[in-house]
Amino acid sequence: MVDIPFDTVAGIPPAEVGEVELYHPKSWWTRYVFSQDAKVIAIQYSITALSIGMVALVLSWLMRLQLGFPGTFSFIDPNQYLQFITMHGMIMVIYLLTALFLGGFGNYLIPLMVGARDMVFPYVNMLSYWVYLLAVVVLVSTFFVPGGPTGAGWTLYPPQAILSGTPGQDWGIVLMLASLILFIIGFTMGGLNYVVTVLQARTRGMTLMRLPLTVWGIFTATVMALLAFPALFVASVMLLLDRLLGTSFFMPTLVEMGQLTKYGGGSPILFQHLFWFFGHPEVYIVALPAFGIISDLISVHARKNIFGYRMMVWAIVAIGALSFVVWAHHMYVSGMNPYFGFFFATTTLIIAIPTAIKVYNWVLTLWRGDIHLTVPMLFALAFIVTFVNGGLTGLFLGNVVVDVPLSDTMFVVAHFHMVMGIAPIMAVFGGIYHWYPKVTGRMLDEALGRFHFWVSFLGAYAIFFPMHYLGLLGMPRRYHDIGETAFVPASAHDLNAFMSVAALIVGFAQLVFLFNLIWSLFKGKEAGDNPWGAASLEWQTPETPPGHGNWGKELPIVYRWAYDYSVPGASRDFVPQNEPPAGLSAQGAHA
Amino acid sequence: MAVALLLLLVAVASVLFHVFSPWWWTPIASNWSYIDHTITLTFWITGAVFFAIVAFMAYCVFRFRHTQGRQAAYEPENKRLEWWLSVGTGIGVAAMLAPGLVVWHQFVTVPADATEVEVVGQQWLWSYRLPGKDGRLGTSNARNISSENPLGLNRDDPAGQDDIVIENDDLHLPVGKPVKVLLRSIDVLHDFYVPEFRAKMDMIPGSVTYYWFTPTRTGTFEVLCAELCGAAHAQMRSKVIVEEEKEYHAWLEKQRTFAELSGQRNTTKAAYKAEGE
Repeated sequence: MVDIPFDTVAGIPPAEVGEVELYHPKSWWTRYVFSQDAKVIAIQYSITALSIGMVALVLSWLMRLQLGFPGTFSFIDPNQYLQFITMHGMIMVIYLLTALFLGGFGNYLIPLMVGARDMVFPYVNMLSYWVYLLAVVVLVSTFFVPGGPTGAGWTLYPPQAILSGTPGQDWGIVLMLASLILFIIGFTMGGLNYVVTVLQARTRGMTLMRLPLTVWGIFTATVMALLAFPALFVASVMLLLDRLLGTSFFMPTLVEMGQLTKYGGGSPILFQHLFWFFGHPEVYIVALPAFGIISDLISVHARKNIFGYRMMVWAIVAIGALSFVVWAHHMYVSGMNPYFGFFFATTTLIIAIPTAIKVYNWVLTLWRGDIHLTVPMLFALAFIVTFVNGGLTGLFLGNVVVDVPLSDTMFVVAHFHMVMGIAPIMAVFGGIYHWYPKVTGRMLDEALGRFHFWVSFLGAYAIFFPMHYLGLLGMPRRYHDIGETAFVPASAHDLNAFMSVAALIVGFAQLVFLFNLIWSLFKGKEAGDNPWGAASLEWQTPETPPGHGNWGKELPIVYRWAYDYSVPGASRDFVPQNEPPAGLSAQGAHA
Repeated sequence: MAVALLLLLVAVASVLFHVFSPWWWTPIASNWSYIDHTITLTFWITGAVFFAIVAFMAYCVFRFRHTQGRQAAYEPENKRLEWWLSVGTGIGVAAMLAPGLVVWHQFVTVPADATEVEVVGQQWLWSYRLPGKDGRLGTSNARNISSENPLGLNRDDPAGQDDIVIENDDLHLPVGKPVKVLLRSIDVLHDFYVPEFRAKMDMIPGSVTYYWFTPTRTGTFEVLCAELCGAAHAQMRSKVIVEEEKEYHAWLEKQRTFAELSGQRNTTKAAYKAEGE
C-alpha cells in the first residue's frame, strides 16, 4: 500500500557517519549519570517522572480521604486540601505525563524506531534532563518552604494565585512559576531534538509514511508542545512579575482583604487565554503519544496491521492542528465575550470527528485479528474504554450551553481524569509492559501484571464513572467539604466514601507495579530480542538492551511499513521492517 | 472469555448505573429546561456510541481471541467504511451541536424587559444590589470601597442613591420575572452558582459579566461559589429566595438604600431630588 519501490531505497546513497570511538562514554559517570545516550536519558526521565508521580499519588490519597470522610482527619485543613489538589494536578499533567511520554518514551523509542543511532543533539538532550530534574527539585522544595506550596489550583488563575487569601502566597507560587519556567526550558531542548531527529535522522527507506504511529504521536505532540509551551512561559513570567515587582499584567484595581491594592489596569482573563492556549494543546500533548502507543500495542498483540494507517496519521495531524483553535472552551463561563462560544463550540465538536476515526480504527484492528490477551493488550483495551468514555463526556463540556451547568463541577473532574488521567496512564502502563523487555532484557511478571491491570482498570473506572453524576447533581469541584448543602442528599456522601475506598485500593495496586518493575529487573524471565514478534525496528536491534549507537556496525535499511502482520503467504505472522523482500538480499540493497 | 465478559459488564453496568442512579440534576427552577433537554439528547447519542463501541470490542475479544492456528486477516484499509464512519460521526456531532448553539443563542440574548440585579462577590461573602425607583443601577468603582461603602458605589452618581444594597444577606426575587444578573467582584474570581437555575458565570474584578434567567418556581435556593477563590471557597454561601410578587414587595420595602446606608448628606440630597421630581 504505502510502500515505495525497493529500487528507490537502493538508489539512495548511505548518508551515515561511521562509528567513531570518540562518541562513546569513557567513564561510569558519563555512561550512567551524565549520559548522552538517549536510552539512558529516557530511563532517567522515566524514573524521575514516576517518582514525582508517586508524590502525586499520595496527594490523591490525602484528598480522597478528605472528600470521602470530611472532618475525620484533623491533619487536613482547607488550605492543605487546596495545596494537595494544586500539586496533584500540576505534577500529573506536566511533571509526570508530559515528561514521561516525551522525555521517557520519546527518548527511548524515537531513535530506535526511526533507525537512528541517537538523538541528533545528544549533549542538549542530556541538558534537557538535568534542567527537568532541577524543575522537579524546585517543585518539591515548595513542600518545605514557609507557607507551603501554592493552593491556587493547577490553573493558577490570578488574581487569587498571588493574593493573600490563597495558601502558598509567599513562596509557593513564586517557586511554582520558577519551576514551570525551568520545565519549559528543559522541554524545549528535548523537544527540538525529537523533532529534528524524526525529520533528519531516519534511516534509509524509513519514509514518513512508514513510521510507526508511536513516532507520529510523539512527533506531533512535540511540535505542538513547542508551539504551546511558550504561551505558558510568558504567562508564568508575567505572573511572576505581578507577584514580585508589582506589575499589573493580570491585575485590575482590586481589594485584598478589605485593603485597596496598588494594582490596576490588568486583565485576569488575559492569563486564562494564555494558560489555555497552552492548556488545551497540552491535553493532546498527553493524548497523541498515547494514541500512537495504543495503535502499536493493538496491532502487535492482535497480530494484525493497524487498520487505516494513512487515516490514522492524518487524524493525528488534524487533531494537532485543530487543538490550537479550541482553547476557549475551557472559558465558556469565564466572563469572556459570550459570542465566542459559538466559534469554540463548533471547533471543539469538529475535533470529535478525527478522534472518533482513531477509535473506530483501533476497534476495527481487533476485528478478524488474532488477539493475544497479553498485559499490554489488556491495557490497550482499557485505554479504549476509558478514552471513549472520557471523550464522549467531552462532547457535553464542549457544547457551550451544556457546559454552563456542568462547568466547575465534579463532572469536569470526572471527565478530565477519565480522558487525560486514566486513559493516558493505561497507555503508559501498556507501553511499559510492552517495551520493558527491550529496555531491560527481561519480561515483567505476567501474574502481577494481570493483578495490577484489573485492579487499576476496574478500580479507576469505579472512581471516576460515578463521579460524573455528582457533578450532574451540582456538586462543585475544589471544595474540601461540601458540608450542609440543601440539594446534596446523604447518599452522595456515601458515594464519595465509596470512591475514596476505591482510590486507596487502586493506589496500593501501583505499589505492586513498582515491585514488579524492580523484581523483574533481576528475576524476570529472559526476554530475548523480540518476545512479542513485533515488526517495528526497535525490536530488530543486534543486542537487547540495545548498546550505545543502537545498531552495531551498520544502520538497518527499511523496506516496508511497521505493520506487516499476518501477511498472506509469509513464513511467520510478522515481517520485520528491515527484512528485504523476497528476491532482494540485504546486500543487494546496498549496490 | 473472562476479558470479553468483563468488558461487556463495564458497558452494561455503566448503562444500568445511569438508569438507576439516585444522583441526578436538581429539580429545575428557571427557564433553562432547554439546557436539560440538550443534556438528555447528548446522553442518548453518546450513551449509544459508548455501548456500541465497548460491546463491539467485547465481541471481537470473544470471537477473535488467539487460538492455535488462527491467522489474522490482512486488510490495510477500507476507504469506503472509513468514509461512512466519518460521515456518520459528523451527523451525530451536528445533532448535538445544532440544538446546543440554538439554546446558546437564547442564553446570550437578554430579553428587553429583564430587571437588572447586581451580585457582588468578595472573599468570602455575597452582596447584592437592586435598582431603586429609577430602575437604574448607579456606577461603581473598586477605588471607592471602604467600610461604609463596601460595594464601592460612586457617591456622586444620582442613579446610585436609591439603589438597594444587601450586604452579606439573602437575595429575594419575584417569580416569573426575567432577571439580568450583573456580576462583579472586588477582589478575586468568583462564580455565582445556583444549581437549580442551571446558569452560571464567573465574576471578574475590573469587569462586569452577566447572564439572564427567569425564576419559574418559588423556594429557597442555595448559592455557591463555583470558581476557586481561596481558602474559604467552600464556605462562600448565600441564599436566593424566589417568592410571589406580593411577598417580594413586602421584603423590598424593608430594605435600605445606598443613601440611607451611607449617611445624612446623601440622604437629604436624595430626598431633595425625589421631591424635585
